[in-house]
Amino acid sequence: MSVQTALILTLVIPFVAAILNMVLRNHDNMRDGMTFLASVLLFGTVVFLVSNYNNNANQAIMLLSVMPGLTISLNLEPLGLLFAMIASGLWIITHIFGVGYMRGNNEEHHTRFFTSFCVAIFATMGIAFSANMFTLFIFYELLTVSTYPLVAHKQTPEAKLGARTYMGILMGTSIGFLLVAVVWTWQVAGTLDFVQGGILDGKIAGAMVPILLALYVFGIGKAAIMPFHRWLPAAMVAPTPVSALLHAVAVVKAGVFTMLKVGIYIFGIDFLSQTGASEWLVWLASASILIASLIAMTKDNLKARLAYSTVSQLSYITLGMALATSMGALGGGMQIAMHAMGKITLFMCAGAIYVATHKTKISEMTGLGRAMPFTFIAFLIGSLSIIGIPPLGGSWSKWLLMVGAADANQKFAIAVLMISSLLNVAYMLPIVGRGFFLKAPVAAPVGAAVSPTSRFAEAPLLCVLPPVLTAIGTILLFFYAGQIEAFLLPIVSAQQ
Amino acid sequence: MLATFAPLSGFLLHLPILQVIIPLITAPIVVVIGIARIGWLLAFLASIASLVVSYLLLMQVIDGSVISYQIGGWAPPLGIEYRVDAANAFVLLILSVISTVVLPYAKTSVEKEIRAGSQTLFYTAYLLCFTGLLGVVITGDAFNVFVFLEISSLSTYVLVAMGAERDKRALTAAFDYLVMGTIGATFFVIGIGLLYMMTGTLNIVDLASRLEPLSGNRTVQAAFAFIVVGIGLKLAIYPLHLWLPNAYTYAPSAVTSFLAATATKVAIYVLLRFMFSVFAPEFSLASGALQYIILPFGVIAMFAASIVAVFQADLKRTLAYSSVAQIGYMLLGIGYFSNTGLSATMIQLFNHAVTKAALFMAVGALVYRTGTSFIPKLAGLGRQMPWTSAAIVAGGLSLIGIPTTVGFISKWVLLTGALEKDWWWMAILIVASSLIAVIYIWQVVEVLYLKEPENETVVKEAPLSMLLPIWTLIIASFYFGLDTELTLTSARAAADAFIGAVSPIAGASQ
Repeated sequence: MSVQTALILTLVIPFVAAILNMVLRNHDNMRDGMTFLASVLLFGTVVFLVSNYNNNANQAIMLLSVMPGLTISLNLEPLGLLFAMIASGLWIITHIFGVGYMRGNNEEHHTRFFTSFCVAIFATMGIAFSANMFTLFIFYELLTVSTYPLVAHKQTPEAKLGARTYMGILMGTSIGFLLVAVVWTWQVAGTLDFVQGGILDGKIAGAMVPILLALYVFGIGKAAIMPFHRWLPAAMVAPTPVSALLHAVAVVKAGVFTMLKVGIYIFGIDFLSQTGASEWLVWLASASILIASLIAMTKDNLKARLAYSTVSQLSYITLGMALATSMGALGGGMQIAMHAMGKITLFMCAGAIYVATHKTKISEMTGLGRAMPFTFIAFLIGSLSIIGIPPLGGSWSKWLLMVGAADANQKFAIAVLMISSLLNVAYMLPIVGRGFFLKAPVAAPVGAAVSPTSRFAEAPLLCVLPPVLTAIGTILLFFYAGQIEAFLLPIVSAQQ
Repeated sequence: MLATFAPLSGFLLHLPILQVIIPLITAPIVVVIGIARIGWLLAFLASIASLVVSYLLLMQVIDGSVISYQIGGWAPPLGIEYRVDAANAFVLLILSVISTVVLPYAKTSVEKEIRAGSQTLFYTAYLLCFTGLLGVVITGDAFNVFVFLEISSLSTYVLVAMGAERDKRALTAAFDYLVMGTIGATFFVIGIGLLYMMTGTLNIVDLASRLEPLSGNRTVQAAFAFIVVGIGLKLAIYPLHLWLPNAYTYAPSAVTSFLAATATKVAIYVLLRFMFSVFAPEFSLASGALQYIILPFGVIAMFAASIVAVFQADLKRTLAYSSVAQIGYMLLGIGYFSNTGLSATMIQLFNHAVTKAALFMAVGALVYRTGTSFIPKLAGLGRQMPWTSAAIVAGGLSLIGIPTTVGFISKWVLLTGALEKDWWWMAILIVASSLIAVIYIWQVVEVLYLKEPENETVVKEAPLSMLLPIWTLIIASFYFGLDTELTLTSARAAADAFIGAVSPIAGASQ
């Protein structure tokens, strides 16, 4: 298999899976089995691409030319490969979890759900492998549209309202700002290709640089930078597997991934640091990190707390780009992987708790840890990784970001990162503490699913296994971080 | 290349007149035969023939050449001249394509919406309307434009009134349209009369050359004003749009689909022809009409009509107001007064025609099955009529301007044109107005998919004869969103035909 074929396959597999989902709509087991197969195949293909990646060879494929110079093309590049690998790898796990959740919870419209899921993965792969901003923009919009049915899944007035906010903000920012930024870039640079070192150097100057950057930053609503973060908590009405994959991995990571791509390949790290165009963004990202953490502390709904935690953690990546140093960009790239693994663990734990007990409020989870030890231990590990404590993956990305901040001589940013970690401790660990160390109120026996023969009341195996696996993943990431860093190094090598 | 093939060359020479004469002759034949089904078949065949003719014409002139055809061999400026260049060949193609796609749909729709005795008359009126629109576009004679405009308008009034079978309000809608359309036509012919008074000629090329030294003349300026306002009424430029929503809402579905895609487009063409060919582009610019009328009213239309569309309870009416807003984009392109701007207008002509025809046909299919286009009554149809509903969503995405749709291409070129002039605020206005489209499309999507049906009655999917035309256009609206070779080249050639290469379109130069 040639690399080009594999590259095309990454789009073909989820697309075909989406169609087969509709064809097999009346055969639940066949449909879900087929999707599982597709997810494994996709992961295999991405792993093949990673192992055969050669930084020097040009492996771009042009799919079609829309206007002269404006093409839909795919290309391989370390950051995209990393993103594709995370998304496809976690798709396998979330799919298992999703099947367990949807069946365990008696949700309706399975086919619509899993079909939209496949289309969303298709769009994510497209984003990861886009060779230019135009292609990326197309898949970016497709991702918004394809995830709408997932957010609105429950069809309750609440879900509709959440989905409306979701659609409104993501569509609004992408058409209102991002499209203008893209056309502007095309207008001044004459190209939209992702090029090492950027395409804007010498094409645009003065006050226009930060303005264009602002159009990009606010246009990429999926990166949830404040004040355009409202869609993320609003989207939490979606079933938990959606929150897990799409709002901890695919959608938000597509946002920050785009952000890094714009910083590294459209502006160029050097160009940003010379012009100082991203200085304001350091402040905005820092504010976003802190304010979102503070809001998270006030939330009693577990998923809402996780959502605000995500808003905060995403801004780390934006901050990494805004620092305009190699280490910052590298740390941002690492954070994509580390946060994905940690946050998906937390979301799946939240889902498992919901399936087993139908509880969503943290204040109701007192003593639950004793009944659901595996879920809560996985939750603990995930939290520690988000906080950034060794030996968990999250510690490396924070480390690199701090080094990046030091390189940029932004002492302020270092302080923000440290305070944020403390805030993380304050809003994450009490959940676990409450689960393990406080006694459950006697009047309310834990969980409806409690069986007299077992002192555990865990959710079905398909719901518990996935978060345990990803929790182990966060530990493994700590030890393999060096390899990821070495792999990512070429994206900033021009700056070294 | 085609012309070298001997047996065809004679036929090719007469293409311009064939374009008009085929549907014109077919119209009375349909009345005489008097059988609805045969009437439909003849109309369809005439439409296919027009399509072939217009395609051959476009291929001949896309390189920038001009075909001049003398009716009856009388040389212009005395005789009537048909004049085909890249601009009108492109519009002719749009007209024929839409008619050819709408007619198969019309057969099913008309059988349901119009009583059996009137069906042949419907096809006759339709063919006359089609003839009129083609004639307006192809002719090179200013008075002939008026004649064909009236042929198309009069038959349109009849077509709209035929919606009375379904809803009596079609009659008042047609009457409104008649009154306003006639005022427009009167203004237009007064303008032509003034021009004739000053120059003694009606041939467009001749007019242009004789008007050149007269640019300071008051009468000529008055003529310009009459003509712009007259066409403005036909065109539904924002404050003159009042006839449009009712006419589109109450006309039979097939008529709405056809008119929405063609009538206003032809009016845009006439406006361009008069502003840039009859009067010199510099004259139009100096008159202030571009900066102070076309551009601001275009922007107002974009916003006001879109906002009004959000609050409509009838889906047809929502789409009708959306049309007024989309016309705003076309006016914007004209107001730029640049090559890119005009390209944006021309490509929007095509793109919007395809999208809106598809949408109106899809709504017509809903009406066909449920008898209403009242939005709250459409709850839950997403599952019962999946293909029709999906078409509405897909068409809606194109109206919003999601990438890979034609709507996106229009917006891209329009934005490029604005940024080319450093009009940042305009770029912001364009995207802001398309966000309003998100609202009015999405509330329909919510009703179709996320609401449970009100009653238990089972609604069947629309018949295949409706779905095929709808999806042909939907697929076209995605195909031409990905491959702009034909549309963009034609649009640019058309823009060149109007104002020449004032400024190269961005990106083309590399």
